[in-house]
Amino acid sequence: MTISPEALLAIVLMALATYAIRAGGLIIADRLPRAGFVAAWLRHIPGAVLAALVAPAIATGGIAEAAAAAITALVFVVTRSLFPAMAAGVLAVYLIRLVA
Amino acid sequence: MSRRQTGSALDELARGARLCLPVCVSVAAYGLVWGVLAGQAGLSVLEVLLMSGLVFAGSSQFVALDLWTTNPAALPIAAIVIAVAVVNLRYVMLTATLRPLFPDRLGPRAFAAMFVATDENWALTVGEMKRGPTSPAFLVGSGLAIYLAWLGSTLVGRLLGAAIDDPAAYGLDFAFTATFLALLLGMWRGKADLVPWLVGAGAALIAARLVDGNWYIIIGGLVGSLAGAFLETRSRRDHLT
Repeated sequence: MTISPEALLAIVLMALATYAIRAGGLIIADRLPRAGFVAAWLRHIPGAVLAALVAPAIATGGIAEAAAAAITALVFVVTRSLFPAMAAGVLAVYLIRLVA
Repeated sequence: MSRRQTGSALDELARGARLCLPVCVSVAAYGLVWGVLAGQAGLSVLEVLLMSGLVFAGSSQFVALDLWTTNPAALPIAAIVIAVAVVNLRYVMLTATLRPLFPDRLGPRAFAAMFVATDENWALTVGEMKRGPTSPAFLVGSGLAIYLAWLGSTLVGRLLGAAIDDPAAYGLDFAFTATFLALLLGMWRGKADLVPWLVGAGAALIAARLVDGNWYIIIGGLVGSLAGAFLETRSRRDHLT
C-alpha cells in the first residue's frame, strides 16, 4: 500500500481534469452545439485515441504480434466481449512465440 | 431535487441501481481486465484504489496505464493528464444533455451528481428522461452502482494480477495491445469511424518516429478525430445542397 508523490500528483490531476469536464458540460449545456463540427469531433476522439495507441504497438511488433492482433479482432467480432478477445490474443502470442 | 417526480428520492436511487445491475456486470469485466493490466504497469493497490475511486473513467484509465512507468521520477505526468483529459472530453456532451434533470438553478447536489456520470448510466438516464420526468436520484443510484462495480473489480483484478510473476513469459505483455484493439472494435458505430481511425493510426505511426515519448497517442487522437469531424460535417453539408 504505497504511493509515490509523483503518482499521487498524476492521479489527483487526472481526477481534477476529469471532474472539471463532467461538471463543465452541465454549466455550458445551453451553449454547447448538439450537432455540427464540435459535436462530431468530441464523438470521434475516443476511437481515434485508441487507434493511435494500437497502431504503433502492432506495427513495431513481429509476426507473432500481428497474427495475435488478427485473432484478437476475430474473437471480439464473434463474441462481442472484451475478456475472451484479450485471452485469445494473449494465448495466440504465447503459442506463436513458442514455434516462431 | 425535482418536485415533479413520482417516487421518493430514495426509491429512485434504488430503482436506478437496480436497472443498472446488468450494466454493472459488463463494467466489472472491464474493471477486472484493467486491474490486471494496472498490476503489470506497476501500480500499487493504493494507486489502483485512488485512480479508480477519484478518476472513475474507464477508457481514460486504460490510456493512462499505457503511459505509466514503474519509476516515479520518469512518470510523464503532463502527458498522462493531457491524454486523460482528451479521452474524457466527450463527457462534456454527455453531462450537457443531463441539464434538464435540474430544472432549478444548479446547486451543490447537481455538481455532486456529475461525479458519478459515466457512459453507461448516462445512456440509462437519458432513456428515462425520454419517457417522462426523471429524478436526479436515478442518475446517482445507477452511478453509485457502477462506481462500486468499477472500484471492486479493479481492486480484485489488481490482486489477482499480482499472482503472475513474469508476464512476458505467458504472452501477457500482449494483453495491453489485445485489450486496446478489442476496446477500439467495440467503439465501431459505422462507416463514419473508418476515416478517424485510419488517420489517427497513420498520424500516430508518423508521430512515433518523429516525436520522443508517448505524445504520438495524443497527436494521433487529435488528428484522427478532427479528420473524422471534418469529413462528417462536410458530407452532411453536401447532402443538404
